[in-house]
Amino acid sequence: MSDSVAARFCGVHFGYHRTPVLSDVHLDIPLRRISCIVGPNGGGKTTLLKLILGLVEPQSGHLEVLGCSPRKARARIGYMPQAIHIDPRFPIDVASIVLMGRLRGSLPGFFNREDRKVLDRVLEEVELGDLKRAAFAELSGGQKQRVLIARALATEPELLLLDEPTAMVDAHIEAQLLARLKELHQRMTIVLVSHDDAFVSELVDRVICVNRSVEEHPTEKVSDPGLTHLYGEKVKAVRHDHRINHHHHHHD
Amino acid sequence: MTTGLTTITIIMIEFWEALRDPDFNFLRIALLMGVFASVAFGISGSFVVARRITYIAGAIAHAVLGGIGFALYMQQVHGWTFFDPLLGATLSALISAWLISWIQLRGSDREDSLIGVIWATGMAVGIIFLSLTPGYTDPMSYLFGNILILSARDLWLVAILDVVLLAIGVLGYSRLQAVCFDEEFARLRGVHVGFYYTLLLSMVALSVVLLVSVVGIVLVVALLTLPAAIAGRFTSTLRGMMILSSLLALAFIVGGLSFSYSSNLPAGAVIVLLAAGVYLLSLFRRSRV
Repeated sequence: MSDSVAARFCGVHFGYHRTPVLSDVHLDIPLRRISCIVGPNGGGKTTLLKLILGLVEPQSGHLEVLGCSPRKARARIGYMPQAIHIDPRFPIDVASIVLMGRLRGSLPGFFNREDRKVLDRVLEEVELGDLKRAAFAELSGGQKQRVLIARALATEPELLLLDEPTAMVDAHIEAQLLARLKELHQRMTIVLVSHDDAFVSELVDRVICVNRSVEEHPTEKVSDPGLTHLYGEKVKAVRHDHRINHHHHHHD
Repeated sequence: MTTGLTTITIIMIEFWEALRDPDFNFLRIALLMGVFASVAFGISGSFVVARRITYIAGAIAHAVLGGIGFALYMQQVHGWTFFDPLLGATLSALISAWLISWIQLRGSDREDSLIGVIWATGMAVGIIFLSLTPGYTDPMSYLFGNILILSARDLWLVAILDVVLLAIGVLGYSRLQAVCFDEEFARLRGVHVGFYYTLLLSMVALSVVLLVSVVGIVLVVALLTLPAAIAGRFTSTLRGMMILSSLLALAFIVGGLSFSYSSNLPAGAVIVLLAAGVYLLSLFRRSRV
């Protein structure tokens, strides 16, 4: 695998029972860049993330993550699931959730000083420093989402996967957060899923469109101040009518 | 109000005097049983409420009758004296817990049917064996509990179970919590989710067995979940919930026992009504979770 690829899909097929979800996926996710996965609901965006995490296995084809199999790469990946999968009234405080990112393996044990240091650091990064002991149930939707981002960051990942970070956060806050993450973690690869397939943040380097098949589309600058106002940030338009041709010059 | 307080004081004084009476050894055992058991209820009950698996606890509780009936039958008919009802109850509770966890982990979408089947089958097996057992066995004491017929040996078993539950609850706390909160994330962090979920249901099963001897099969769910549900209104962490619900369970058991002693009403029912009453009152407080 080349040095510049965080994840590589080669002809990957995946389906639940007899319904194909993704077919013939060829894709390189570039290292140390921000990629954005867009596409319609049910198009396979989350499945793509689950394949990277090794939570589901491709039925055919091959994929490599951070130079090894998805399962082996797992420990080096930070994952933020969609908040709808989490019980919003679970009796737990912010710190206990974020510390889950510091779990390693099955053996019983306790968190150490290093873990608590990381906890404080990532809470600052998502600007939740003063809500460390707050009840998860009492947070707003956006704050809950940021707790889950902090948990993913607490794993100190090389690859950060964010599933719909915009779902419950207003676009303005999300743009700030993304800018902050990019600044703080220049060596980290970020993949985020978005349900908005028309415009993506200006910080996004690569747009991946998923709808059973996967295509990369170029983006172009928009200078409409109305749009900037609406999104609260500088955005780029996705040109779904154009396609970036893949040249799979494998370097390995 | 004053008369209410006076009545409560009189009830408590009567109860404490009875406790010191050498003829009332059963009452001392019952009280100690309550103290030990409340720790187990607090730990398991908090997990049950947080993970929303009350119905699983209910199924396990009802399956216990099958084990009790089988044990009594084997003791009476085949002379297996070692196979006492507590052992039968423990085995049937653990087997149903493992069955439920196995089905759930396989991701079958029909787990609620299985839980219903275990619930009813356990009862049916129990009733059949009880009817086959010569001599009269009153199923009432198992269905509604009779904390006053426990022996010193039961007390030892409960104390041992308590230590086991406490050790698992403390050592496995962060991983059990992670599995309850977000199974998928726990798996990604290398936690063996299947093992910890099965462990959790086994803890619930053991607590249910303890509870059955205090309040009986039918009332188990109430005493397992009410203290934790009340605690959830005052604390925002699982750990806090465990500590507070243990104390509440203790208060309900001691309070219920003394009231049932002075009023000559069944202890299990009085304990559960006391817990339910406090729960209703706690609804007036804004929830923290």
